[in-house]
Amino acid sequence: MRQKLRTATAATALLAFAGMAHADGELNIYNWGDYTSPELIKKFEQAHNVKVTITDYDSNDTALAKVRAGGHGFDIVVPSANYVPIWVKEGLLLEARPDQMENFKNVDPRWVDVHWDPGRHYSVPWQWGVTGIGVNTKVYGGDINTSAIFLDPPAELVGKINVAPEMNDVLYATIKYFGGDWCTDDKELLRKVRDKLVEAKTKWLAMDYSVTDKLPAGDYSAVYYWNGAIMRSRLANQDIKFGYPKEGYPIFMDSVAILKDAKNVENAKLFMNFIMDPENAAMVSAFAKYANGIKGSEQFMPEDMKTAPELVVPAEFEKAGEFLEACSPEVVDLYSRIWTDVQK
Amino acid sequence: MTSAAEIVTQVERDDVRARWLLSAPALLIIFFAAIGPLFVMLAYSVMVKGDYGDVRFGELSLDGWFSVLFQRDIFDDTIGLADAHLSIFWRSVKLSLITTLVTLALGFPTAYFIATRPPHTREVWVFLVTIPFWTNLLIRTFAMQEVIRNEGILNTLMIRLGVIDQPIQLMYTDAAILFGMVYVYLPLMVLPLYASMEKLDFRLVEAGYDLYATRLRVLWRIIIPLVRPGIVAGSILVFIPSLGAYVIPRVLGGGKSMMLGNLIELQFGAGRNWPLGAAISITLMAMVMLALLVYVRNAARSGAQHG
Repeated sequence: MRQKLRTATAATALLAFAGMAHADGELNIYNWGDYTSPELIKKFEQAHNVKVTITDYDSNDTALAKVRAGGHGFDIVVPSANYVPIWVKEGLLLEARPDQMENFKNVDPRWVDVHWDPGRHYSVPWQWGVTGIGVNTKVYGGDINTSAIFLDPPAELVGKINVAPEMNDVLYATIKYFGGDWCTDDKELLRKVRDKLVEAKTKWLAMDYSVTDKLPAGDYSAVYYWNGAIMRSRLANQDIKFGYPKEGYPIFMDSVAILKDAKNVENAKLFMNFIMDPENAAMVSAFAKYANGIKGSEQFMPEDMKTAPELVVPAEFEKAGEFLEACSPEVVDLYSRIWTDVQK
Repeated sequence: MTSAAEIVTQVERDDVRARWLLSAPALLIIFFAAIGPLFVMLAYSVMVKGDYGDVRFGELSLDGWFSVLFQRDIFDDTIGLADAHLSIFWRSVKLSLITTLVTLALGFPTAYFIATRPPHTREVWVFLVTIPFWTNLLIRTFAMQEVIRNEGILNTLMIRLGVIDQPIQLMYTDAAILFGMVYVYLPLMVLPLYASMEKLDFRLVEAGYDLYATRLRVLWRIIIPLVRPGIVAGSILVFIPSLGAYVIPRVLGGGKSMMLGNLIELQFGAGRNWPLGAAISITLMAMVMLALLVYVRNAARSGAQHG
């Protein structure tokens, strides 16, 4: 009896000690909602003895506004490509030099000299994808490889469409729909873009997030949204199909960066290096279903992702995809005024 | 030598100072936590907007206030009314007024029912009314979404019963916002109504019947005038938060049908126009003040009638 008691006490003490040891490092990640693999975090926590906390945001602007306000306590943020230069310019990011880290050799050369962070002095690839069309084929059986699905919707889809509330993605598709180029300031064309969006919006149901739950459930029958979310919807409902708008669709990449006022810089750097490991990058993708920018991660990916129509761009649509560059402030101002007109 | 009069003034002065000192903590909190931020908002509303949100300090501009009601056309720079904002103002006022009327129509009989129960059971009924407050507003709004979505409880039930064969689109409509607001704000109507009905002297109602008044006449000439302060207080309590509602239109309106709260959020977020956001916030506050003025005037009038 006494022996048992002593063992129990020892075990308790050991547990308490383990608990303490576990909490000796911290890392606070501020990332898009529904985007961070819990298995990846668990693996990182165990490998480096760090307690990770994740906080969600739903838009680049929310993240920017919150961090600028200060007192946030975050170490890592995951902004989209066109926002990275803003974060840098506003002096919010730490020049962490990931290009000198051990695992940097794994980064696909395509994602090294990127226009938003030449040479990768601030950020490392997290995930990239495209914005495209998702349609419930039970409701509509026609051609879905076109932006007309949400700009000139077929009668079956009117009133059942959700469009991502992202200014750049929506304006890009519409400008391309009228044959213009990104960052154009051609007023005639932009007037057509504005009028089309204002008219099309009356045929939409919502401009919202949380597609992974509402598209399979039938709340939406069509979406203009990100490919990973649409793939997850298809896995939940086989009637969902993905379409690449042939007129033009945006490619995006979100990158992991460290904040200048981070309190756990060393752990944040460990995390940066950690996700550039192919096996870990595959975990990132396996959860949110977007491609990552790490060479050799494919072999660790789940089988269904290697052939997924949402991720493997068909040759005929490859040319239609484009990375959105940051436009000049005058053009951004013009675009955001059009966007306010659309959002009213 | 000090004269008696001087001693009296000295005591009075001490008394005044003691009162100020005693109320100083509360006054300081009110000044810094309630009035101070309003001045910050006022200051922000008259500055030039920053490129990525925030404002440029020291650079004054009335653009924020100008764009509350007017806009320059994007393409030819002509000035016109900002119909986007006006339609949002109108939707907010309209939905808030309807919410107030519906909660009044539902809350009045409820409060009357509670007030006419035996005293010891009244408390139980009032307690039941407050139960929804135990759950966070956000969770209740998402729960509401589960009820009214296309494959939600309501539509499934009606299809099973054969009332309809296609789900009715309730989510993301003004009706959904209205439904949500009525549900959330109903207790705020019932409680003040009950408070004034509890004080109602039902002998007056009986006297009315004794004098051959019809039920409608009793309601109109006796009950309503007597519980009027409750009606006004309840209406104000429902109308004001409805006007600034944010979560309910965001979740149930799908980000497409904005109300004032969402318009303000847009300016501080993706719109990156803090001066405009501040100006709209102050406009919203002015509207609330207007509603309160109506309340005060009404209260004064009913006080004069019965006092």
